[in-house]
Amino acid sequence: MTTSVRLGRLAFARSGDKGSSANIGVIALTPEGFGVLKRCLSSEEVAAFFAPLGVTRVTRFELPNLGALNFVLEGVLAGGGSRSLRTDAQGKALGQALLEMMVEVPEEGLANCVRAERSEREGAT
Amino acid sequence: MIRVGNAQGFWGDQPDAGWRLVEGAPDLDVLTFDYLAEVSMSILASQRQRDPSLGYARDFVDVVRSLAPRWAAQLASGARPVPKVVANAGGLNPRGCALACLAALSEGGCRGMRVAVVHGDDVLERIRDSPDDFEHLETGAPLKPLGDRLVTANVYLGAAPVMAALRSGADLVVTGRVADPSLTVAPCAVHHGWTLDEHDRIAGATVAGHVIECGTQVTGGISTHWLDVPDLPHVGFPIVEVEPDGSFVVTKPDGTGGSVDERTVKEQLLYEIGDPEKYLSPDVTASFLSLDVESVGRNRVRVSGATGRPPPRMLKVSATYGAGFRAAGTLAIFGRDCVDKARRCGEIVRLRLVEAVGEPAEFRVECLGAGDVVPGVTAPPVGLMEVVLRIAVADGRREVVERFARELMALVAAGPQGVTGYAEGRPRVHEVFGYWPCAIDRDAVTPVVELLEVG
Repeated sequence: MTTSVRLGRLAFARSGDKGSSANIGVIALTPEGFGVLKRCLSSEEVAAFFAPLGVTRVTRFELPNLGALNFVLEGVLAGGGSRSLRTDAQGKALGQALLEMMVEVPEEGLANCVRAERSEREGAT
Repeated sequence: MIRVGNAQGFWGDQPDAGWRLVEGAPDLDVLTFDYLAEVSMSILASQRQRDPSLGYARDFVDVVRSLAPRWAAQLASGARPVPKVVANAGGLNPRGCALACLAALSEGGCRGMRVAVVHGDDVLERIRDSPDDFEHLETGAPLKPLGDRLVTANVYLGAAPVMAALRSGADLVVTGRVADPSLTVAPCAVHHGWTLDEHDRIAGATVAGHVIECGTQVTGGISTHWLDVPDLPHVGFPIVEVEPDGSFVVTKPDGTGGSVDERTVKEQLLYEIGDPEKYLSPDVTASFLSLDVESVGRNRVRVSGATGRPPPRMLKVSATYGAGFRAAGTLAIFGRDCVDKARRCGEIVRLRLVEAVGEPAEFRVECLGAGDVVPGVTAPPVGLMEVVLRIAVADGRREVVERFARELMALVAAGPQGVTGYAEGRPRVHEVFGYWPCAIDRDAVTPVVELLEVG
């Protein structure tokens, strides 16, 4: 059995530009969560998610020592850096955007991988 | 162990950071300042065009002035000034920057202080003379079509010339385009007596430099958990305590705001990297895959296990070229159907511009608030009552962009009811510089180190 959760409940992230490409580092909140992350977040899915921005290629690198994945997104910055007319010419917002992606994760052991949404946590305290 | 701080993550960072970092961490050995992003050189080029004595980060001279009283007191008591400072504030004119620092230090009573200049990174003439030897690092495109539009070309120098400067007794090192992490690697290597072929140690210091080079980005800034980070108005700038084996602890001065924890350090480790097994610098090819990140106390995170291999033979060159003009302006649109109204405003401005001066090379309309920072990626919100209309235009002809700047504000009277937020006036027209990375053989590059003394 699987269930759909927002990536931001499983992981945190940071993005920026690298020449005309952008990168997004995605880090699991827990060691158990890294296994889930590896299975549920493929380069194809990330490419499909950012397709509206014109991404041409996504390469995924694994950093098991940090419980993290690094995605390099080509073509996503419309020229990038100084030339792009986009508000986010440097890809600073891409990490926050990716954390909004809904991912299918196994229900079993899920409690060890996720944390509650901020609104729920605030409500609890 | 050597303590290295960073008090400038980018040109425009908090101006009092250097002074505050030294006050908060009096035992700091070295303070680094990173001023140069990919296109900073082209901004400095337009500055230098107006005045040949400029072309460096002038804010840095104010930083030096703010540290002078401390150094003067140390010199008066017969000690060498600490912390030593390494800064790539020299930009296109390291010597000019060093002379300005020298004058500030002289005024501040720092007689006997030694200022080194590191240059030799400017390869513009070399590239202009033989454009056939250079192609775009990512696309492989030839350089030749850019012709005389090239404005700057600077090779990323490594730690070696900065090490030479420090070994010759410099207290303050002002450089041109030295790679960001190398600003940290050099003092670590000199302090610990490393040579550049001790790849694992150099890799460790390179990772340390990478972690602090963006200043507060590792102490809580831009953290995913930002809302949980304490006391951000007083956010501390980062310090690395680098051990003889190249491992290090990331921390910040006691009593400052922000947070150094495993999360902030991991996020910054992943910032702007490509293949984590091949982090390239002029000094080393570092692997992040063997790193171990471990919290060892409050606001203290240890990073160890870096491994390194020799650096690439080719050095990266950051070249920029004139790419025309641009302007961007915003208006707030309030009211029902604000997104539709904003989009129609965009159409009106575009049409009026086309009728006046022809089709602009690029024209972009964004409805900020409606998801247009990443258009089409996240679901658009419904029932919005306000949105920021942003229009940006680029063209090789200045007059096209200037015409746009005049047309946008006409919406204040001709646009929809609820158009507001025009207090900033017309958008400003900027020159655009394109970024054109290429590579050059390290044998073709000769770094130069000069030592000056405050009289």
